Amino acid sequence: MEFSERWLRALVDPALNIDELTHLLTMSGLEVEACEPVAPPFTGVVVGQVVAAEKHPNADRLKVCRVDAGEGRMLSIVCGAPNVTIGMKAPVALVGAKLPGPDGTVLEIRRTAMRGVDSEGMLCSARELGLSDDHSGLLALDPTLSAGAGIRDALDLDDHRITVKLTPNRADCLSILGIAREVSALTGSPLRPPDVKPVVASIPDRHPVRISDPTGCGRFTGRVIRNVNAAAKSPDWMISRLERAGQRSISALVDITNYVMLELGRPLHVYDLEKLRGPIDVRFGRADEKLLLLNGQTVDLAADVLAITDDSGPIGLAGIMGGESTKAELTTRHCFLEAAFFHPDAIAGRARRYNFGSDASHRFERGVDFDNNLAGIERATQLVLEICGGEAGPVVDEVALLPGRPAVTMRVARAHKVIGVAAGAEAIGGIFTRLGLTHESTKTADGDVVFRVTPPSFRFDIAIEEDLIEEVARVYGFDNIPAMPPVAPAAMRSPSESRRSLHAVRDRLADLDYHEVVNFSFVDAQWEKDFADCANPIGVLNPIASQMSVMRTNLVASLVDNIRYNANRKHGRVRVFEVGRVFHRAPGVADGELSVAGIDQPLHVAFAAFGDASEEQWGEPRRVVDFFDAKGDLEVLVAPLVVALEPAAHPALHPGRSARVLLAGRAIGWIGELHPRWQQKYELPQPVMVCEIEAQALTAGVVPAYREVSRLPGVRRDLAVVVDESIPAGELLSALRKGLPEIVEQVEVFDVYRGKGMEKGKRSLAFRVHMQDTRRTLTDAEADDVMALARSLLEQDFDAQLRK
Amino acid sequence: MEDLDGVVAAAEHAFAAAGDAAELEQVKARFVGKAGVLTEASKGLGRLAPDERKVAGQKLNALKDAVEAALVARRDALAQAALEARLTEESVDVTLPGRGRGRGSIHPVMRTWRRVEEIFASIGFDVADGPEIETDWYNFTALNQPENHPARSMHDTFYVEGGLLLRTHTSPMQVRYACMHQPPIKVIAPGRTYRVDSDATHSPMFHQVEGLWIGEDISFADLKGVYTDFLRQFFETDALQVRFRPSFFPFTEPSAEIDMAFGDGPLKGRWLEISGSGQVHPTVIRNFGLDPERYIGFAFGSGLERLTMLRYGVTDLRLFYEGDLRFLRQFA
Repeated sequence: MEFSERWLRALVDPALNIDELTHLLTMSGLEVEACEPVAPPFTGVVVGQVVAAEKHPNADRLKVCRVDAGEGRMLSIVCGAPNVTIGMKAPVALVGAKLPGPDGTVLEIRRTAMRGVDSEGMLCSARELGLSDDHSGLLALDPTLSAGAGIRDALDLDDHRITVKLTPNRADCLSILGIAREVSALTGSPLRPPDVKPVVASIPDRHPVRISDPTGCGRFTGRVIRNVNAAAKSPDWMISRLERAGQRSISALVDITNYVMLELGRPLHVYDLEKLRGPIDVRFGRADEKLLLLNGQTVDLAADVLAITDDSGPIGLAGIMGGESTKAELTTRHCFLEAAFFHPDAIAGRARRYNFGSDASHRFERGVDFDNNLAGIERATQLVLEICGGEAGPVVDEVALLPGRPAVTMRVARAHKVIGVAAGAEAIGGIFTRLGLTHESTKTADGDVVFRVTPPSFRFDIAIEEDLIEEVARVYGFDNIPAMPPVAPAAMRSPSESRRSLHAVRDRLADLDYHEVVNFSFVDAQWEKDFADCANPIGVLNPIASQMSVMRTNLVASLVDNIRYNANRKHGRVRVFEVGRVFHRAPGVADGELSVAGIDQPLHVAFAAFGDASEEQWGEPRRVVDFFDAKGDLEVLVAPLVVALEPAAHPALHPGRSARVLLAGRAIGWIGELHPRWQQKYELPQPVMVCEIEAQALTAGVVPAYREVSRLPGVRRDLAVVVDESIPAGELLSALRKGLPEIVEQVEVFDVYRGKGMEKGKRSLAFRVHMQDTRRTLTDAEADDVMALARSLLEQDFDAQLRK
Repeated sequence: MEDLDGVVAAAEHAFAAAGDAAELEQVKARFVGKAGVLTEASKGLGRLAPDERKVAGQKLNALKDAVEAALVARRDALAQAALEARLTEESVDVTLPGRGRGRGSIHPVMRTWRRVEEIFASIGFDVADGPEIETDWYNFTALNQPENHPARSMHDTFYVEGGLLLRTHTSPMQVRYACMHQPPIKVIAPGRTYRVDSDATHSPMFHQVEGLWIGEDISFADLKGVYTDFLRQFFETDALQVRFRPSFFPFTEPSAEIDMAFGDGPLKGRWLEISGSGQVHPTVIRNFGLDPERYIGFAFGSGLERLTMLRYGVTDLRLFYEGDLRFLRQFA
């Protein structure tokens, strides 16, 4: 809601300067978003009348004007404006005037000779006064202004354009009157509403109106005005107030309806009476009906869309926008004015459904005063007769169904409890009175006071006790409510030791030299196809861009994009991670405490590494990151839990370098090298290692359980075998771990060899076996037995041969 | 024996001339070895008369001790010199960079997320998270925002299939969490949120943190106390002004917009919107499955990006989602 300070002050004028006034509004809930002076500061500019204009003797484009600036003598002013004409009135900056110069400088007007002719001042354009960007010619002033009058007074320039961000509940403040009412309530300064005098009908003409659907249209007030001059020009004062309220002047009739809407909060509509076909009927639309609107858009009606109709069918979307077929134009001679009340429920959301909005729909869907139809139509009639002339018929006022205004009760004790401050019943009564809320109060047996409040017709936000408590708190002043230190039982709470927070997971990844990124959850559909072979991900129906049109099922694609972004900025080494949800269709998921039917949306953790294994440095040879770097990072990330990898194919990954990650036998994610196909397609100069796993698997922690540490020496034996290259080392390891007796504490691979001296297709794997008994020292014979068993296990299951 | 008088000086001289331990041991033999002068001299003692022998023996022992001492001193000196030579040899350029691993970083918004959790955990708030693809019921209706409510236009909503949507705020977690727990309910719910908005100051995806405290007597004054304290803890300064300004949200009443102003720094004195808040609306309390006559309390929803920008002086929202290492590294 935009409006001018001076317009507001015409209705209520508290002793507050502009800063105090805007602060008052903001702190009462009418947030002032912007407040700009309508004109920059300048002095010495008056209304001047051009009495004569002759060609400059030495310049073709200049004129020498004689200007009456109320000085008692004519001023000689040289002027180059193309629109200067004899008799016109325009602003004159007198000698000594200070005008706004470029970039905040001040331009002082001096007596100068222009090409040999003295100029005693300057005739000004709107831009020269900082009023607008218009520099096409002199600012032509209203001819009725008197020469010599100060321009700031004449154009009412000591004014501010105020923009208030109104919350949807405060429909009552969508007008100057509404804001004035609020200011009056907050300051006690008297409200001076516009003086609306009923216009006595001078002709008997009426236009018949019927309300077929009272649940949609509660009241319809109309009036015929004949013989208007619709082409008349709107007066400057009206244009100026409208412009300062963000409304461009369009035509006299439209300006008048806009003016009354802004002033009283009363939307109006003007029909060309001669274009109406029979009586007006307000009813809900039908699915087969279409309507061409004033804005050129054709809309399909529906059974829940309220329409203004006549014998020709729909002629307007009630409370939203009029139709093209009956609109008033500059040639309109006879008009019909509408001031209706439409129920908010019948209007709300409809305009949005058609993808537009209007000042009227904005107001009607929030609630328009149903008691000011008459005031609105009288005010508009008065202005039409003043500006366009004409004869008014009698007001026709059909009242079908008005909203009830049941009394709302508020207990003072409840208000204390909710607000946390003990405002007395007397103070509360005073607040209600100032807000224009009719109220009575009674004392209850337990000493509480109960108010019964009847909301006025312009308030649509007072239906329950809390609505009144809010009004009390607001007017009492949030600043006056104390900030209380919280009081709560000092119960001890601590996160479980067997849980690891996602923050700890993040810390570990950061320690592993990965940088955390945050990527959008919606991605390019192509990424889903490439990196997850997902042809049909969950789509966003109204994406802001096509490359953000589907919900991602994996985080890796986004990480690869992060790598590309940084690689393009000359980073040869990029390591990133992300924690975020992914989204899958899952018919098995039901609506639950933390679930939405049909959608699985688990949290994932993913990391990706590209470029050198370590930061460029002097101390170690350069090496490009490989699978086992990533696997090592994964192992540290999950520790103390231990994951197993099994070779498996994944659409994003190199088929020979990709594995499913298992935790206690359950698949929790993937790790591998990005498929060379994607590395090439996404223009990455080096391989990328990626890993993505369920966050849930990482947040399970382990509470350490002590096992006795032996004070006896352990035994360590090695075993090197030659096996087929195709057999995964992990299978041999797990066979040993499973098959060897309990005294074996640990088995690890300490060497892998293939190449020279080895048969083609074979490799050697060397295992180190740690044995320990906590009660006694192991004998060599026992160790030998274990190693013999180990050897036979590998020989049996994997056709392994002892390496010689 | 008289000819032995110069032997200590001779030994000292010879030892000093020895350049290393091996040479020293060779030289040593000339004095105290099997054929050394002092060994030879002691062999001659037997030929002396007993009282002479005693005197000569004492003298000889003194000489032996002196030679031994010179030998030890020289050995030590040589060992020390060898050690010093080795240490000099082994010295490194300590100004070269260390060989340690690199260090990654935590995203600044996640730093904020964590700090907010820690501050609220310190007064007993639980942490909850839930679905980002939400139902209309949890995102709007349960929060007293039925279809066609004008307040819905305050949120431009992303829709997905099946009438589902991307949550426009973290407030659905109020309802989900409250339905799972009994009062007193104290929870914060940080997470990702989505709105159809994209320009220099709006991102289509951003983060909020929801806060909820429901009990039998949790008032607006408590909200003021808790949130004011939170801001002072978060920004680690008491030189902070906080103001609560009437506003409107369908799910709270009274509702307040919370503004803050720094007492110093580049933004000193400017009011900055930081959070929406208010007393939970009775309809919402009923949707929690609770009786609004018995239970009241407050809720707030704050933008984590906003808090992060103010905390670290980040001036461009878009930096958070670009994944630019030059930005991220600053939060190591």
